[in-house]
This record gives sequence, structure tokens and C-alpha cells, in this order.
Amino acid sequence: MSAQFLQFLLAGLTVGAIYALVALGFSIIYNASQVINFAQGEFVMIGGMCTVWLANAGWPLPAAIAAAVLVAAAVGLALEKLAVEPARGASVVTLIIITIGASILLRGLATIVWDKNIHPLKAFSGEAPIQLGGATLLPQSLWVLGVTVVIVLLLSWFFGRTLLGKALLATSHNRLAAQLVGINVRHVLLASFGLSAALGAVAGILVAPITFTAWDVGVMLGLKGFAAAILGGMGSGPGAVLGGLVLGIVEAMGAGYVSSAYKDAIAFVIILAVLFFLPSGLLGRRSSDRV
Amino acid sequence: MSGRTASLATLAGIVLLLPLALQNNYYYEVAIQVGLNAIVCVGLNLLIGYAGQISLGHAGFFGLGAYGSAILTARYGWPPLAALASATAGVAVLAYLIGRPILRLRGHYLAMATLGMGIIISIVIATEDRLTGGPDGMPVPALAAFGAALSGERVWYWVVGATLLAAVWLALNLVDSPHGRALRALHGSEVGAEVTGIDSARHKVKVFVISAVYAALAGSLTAHYAGFVTPAKVTFFHSIELVTMVVFGGMASTFGAVVGAAVLTVLPQALTVFKEYEMVVFGAVMMLTMIFMPRGLVPTLALTLSGRRLPR
Repeated sequence: MSAQFLQFLLAGLTVGAIYALVALGFSIIYNASQVINFAQGEFVMIGGMCTVWLANAGWPLPAAIAAAVLVAAAVGLALEKLAVEPARGASVVTLIIITIGASILLRGLATIVWDKNIHPLKAFSGEAPIQLGGATLLPQSLWVLGVTVVIVLLLSWFFGRTLLGKALLATSHNRLAAQLVGINVRHVLLASFGLSAALGAVAGILVAPITFTAWDVGVMLGLKGFAAAILGGMGSGPGAVLGGLVLGIVEAMGAGYVSSAYKDAIAFVIILAVLFFLPSGLLGRRSSDRV
Repeated sequence: MSGRTASLATLAGIVLLLPLALQNNYYYEVAIQVGLNAIVCVGLNLLIGYAGQISLGHAGFFGLGAYGSAILTARYGWPPLAALASATAGVAVLAYLIGRPILRLRGHYLAMATLGMGIIISIVIATEDRLTGGPDGMPVPALAAFGAALSGERVWYWVVGATLLAAVWLALNLVDSPHGRALRALHGSEVGAEVTGIDSARHKVKVFVISAVYAALAGSLTAHYAGFVTPAKVTFFHSIELVTMVVFGGMASTFGAVVGAAVLTVLPQALTVFKEYEMVVFGAVMMLTMIFMPRGLVPTLALTLSGRRLPR
């Protein structure tokens, strides 16, 4: 394995892990409510911006991070309570437009509460690059990968072992049946938005030291997260992680070996190609219509 | 007078009488912008509202129309009308080739595929700067036909108004044709429609091509009218804007698509009074309308006025 290839692979894995976290957020909300939440990227932005803001105000970094995740989760809960729940039963496109409206509103609020500048965030543990087989790795990349692994493990424990996690899964399989066995579907919905928002915020905080953060970073990260979720198969947890990593690596390889101007285009061409052959993504449920 | 003729006559009346209220060139400019957006939305509404297939990539077709006209006239010296016709025809062929495989996908997967298509087109346009001028855009010669160049807001108003009326007339006819009924059937249930002998793939691709042609035509006209094209009109955001106009005005209502285009084109101009709160107010208006009128502005108002309850 050449050093160059390794370098691209490491870069791809880092950004792919971020996409995976955003994609998991999409999948969790989709499972609980069949809603594609186009405001998912704004949680990423809120996480990063809020951390920067609190850290600049003199908070210690861990406290700023914890507070930012809580703020994002609160915004997620508010979004569900104030916008998605009142629109229950509306068509898919209508719900998509509502969440797009929410993302415009949140971006607008961000420019008022904070500003329109680009902000750096200090890396969690220094900037000294680590040499690895001829390639260099930023310590922050290790944070990204490590935290993503921990979160994936926590989520699989949450969905496999806890009552709320199982309730969420049950609701995703059959809402009515879940209600019949006594699951409070409304609480499940609320929890799914809070959880997704927190995940998005974590992604935004982890990536901020590498790519900086600003009021509009959520747009592209949200789009990539959605693409990753679709690539893996909407609603599938492992699919979201796989989709995120594949997307990140394809992008990094495309930028490195083909053309950096076309790196996003290459990623989308791959997604289209996958969808042509696997119309429900890499790991999506093969569904059939009930007539 | 049938409902179709009545609504077309109403729209014609509005187009004819509107100049009385337009006091200066700025108002004309906004009105022309509304008309151009409305043409795209009427086509997009056939796809989204009637056939139930989402597209988050129509700004791509709009952009190909605009840049097709721009490149053929400015770089190769084609007559504008020939360029407009070729660009539109080219988009139709492309939409057919893309539509065949893409429209097999459903729901969110279709949304993703069309979104990806739109983004690929916009990246190509922004990157191939030798041909397109890149992010800076490129100038476009005026639209000239039979030796006379179209210029001035008032002339353009009538050109766009007439095109919009023709577009609406065609769309209304299409909706009332067997093709339109087939589209509504497959919107209800694709399997159900196929059982009754409807070739759903063929109908979906056909309406996809029609909506792409509407977008490309509006794109060509916009390029000539503005005299300049930039990649801003080809981005994902413009696609979202177009879908929002359709849903906002009311899906499966051709009149609704026009109203949606009008409201969402004028609203940002009106909201500039809110200055830094502009985005917040715009987002809030979008959310509140869709929460309280999930079927869109025109269908909800029509039902309220006629005092009937929501059907279905």
C-alpha cells in the first residue's frame, strides 16, 4: 500500500465518520417517523458554533461541548414538538418542505445569535501530526474516528438492550402495533429527534477543528449525510455507517486521483450507479408495495 | 364555460390587467421573474403534484437550458431562437436518458437520485470555465427574432406572459387527457395503475421529460432576459426553491403552482424590510403555511371559500 493511498484512505475515513454520524441521525428520525429531516445539517452547525461561542466566552472545552450537545438536543425536541407533530399525517413532500423551512429559520437565527464569520476551534489534543506508514494523521482525526466507534457501540447497545431503544425499533417496524403493545409513540418520536440532534451536534463539534465552522456549514454536511444514509439504505443503522465511510473514501480518492474540482460530482455519480443496481441502497430493506 | 377555460381566462385577465398596477421598471422586473418561475413550476407540478414523483434536481434542467442558449449564441454565434430550440431539445433528450433508469426509484431514493443529478450538472457548469465562465458566469446576447432584438421590461413582460399562458394551457389540457388520468392513477397506486393496463414507466418518463422541457425553456428565456447567467441559478437551493413554490401553492393545482411561484418570488423582496431577520421570517412563513395548510395555499383557500370540507 503506497503512502499516498494510505493518506487518502485516512482522510476519507475521517470525513466518512462524520458523514456516518449525520447519516445515523437521518436514519433514526426516519425510522421513528418516516420523516426525512432536512434540518439535520443545522444540528451539526449548532453543535460546532455553540461550542466555539462558549469556548471563546471562557468555558472549559469539555463543558462547552456538553452544553452545545444539550442545546442542539433541545432544538431537536422543539422542532419535533412545534413543527413535526402538528403536521402529523401530512404528505412526505410537505414534511420535507417543513424541515427545509426549519433549516432556513435555524440558519437565520444562527446569523443573529452568532455571526456570519468563519470560526476555528482548537484541536482537542494538539496539532502535531502523527507519522503512520509514510502518511500523516492529525490527532483530531483520531478523535473523530474514536468517538464515532464509541457512538456506534453505544447506539447498538441502546437499540439492542434498552427499553427505549427497543421501543424505537418497534415503532419503526409497525407504528400501530407498537402503540397496541403500550409504547408511547409520541415519546418515541420526541426521543428520536433529541437523539439525532445530539448525534449531529457531536459530528459538528468533532469536525470543527479540521474544517472550521460557520453558520452555513450545515447545508453541505446535511446533504452528504442524507446521501450517505440513502447509499447505505434509508433506515438501516449499519447501512448509515457503511454509507458514510464509503462516501468519505470515494470522495477522498476521487479528489486525490481524479480531480479535486469534481470530488463531489464523483461521489454523486457513484451513488447514482449504486441506486441503479440496488434501488434500496447497500443494506436497505427490500420492500414491496401493499396495494 | 368549463373549469379549465375559466381558470385559463382568469389567468389571462390577470396577465392583461397587471400592467395597470406596475408603476415602474422594478415592478415589471419582479413580475417577469414571477412569470419565469411560474413556467418552471407549472411543469414541475405535473411531475410532483399529478404524478407524485419528486424531483430535487430541476434547477439542473433550468441551468442546462440557460447555459445551452448562452453558449450556443455567445460562443458559437447561433441565432437565439435556434439556440433556444436546440437547448430545449437537448434537455428533452437528456431528461429521457436520465429518466429511464432514475424513475424506477421511489420516494426518498428518487429524491436522492434527482438531487445527485442536479448537483452533478451544477458542478460541471461551475467547473468547465472555458465554456461557461465558471463561477463568474457569462454574458448572453439579447433575444432577437426576425431582425428585431427584444429589450426593455415592457416587451419582455408580454413575451413571458404569453409563454406562461401557453404553458398553463398545455398543462391544463395534459391533465385532462388520458395521459393526465394515467398520471393520477399511478400517483394513487403504481401497482394498481399497472393492473389496469397503464404503462407506468412510460408515463412517468414522459411527464419527467415534459417538466424538464418547461424548466429548460424558462432557463433559456431567463438567460436572454437577464443578459447574464451565473451558476447560482443551477444550485441545489434553486431546485429546493422550485419544489417549495409548487408545494406552497398547492400540489396538483396548476393555478396553485403559479400562485406559489408568485408568492415565493415576491416574498423575499418584501421581506427585505426585516433586514437581518429576513431568513428567520422566510423560514417561519414556509413552516407555518405547510403546518396549517399541508395541501398548499390554493387548494386550501378554494375549499374554505366554497365552504366544503376537505375531500378524501
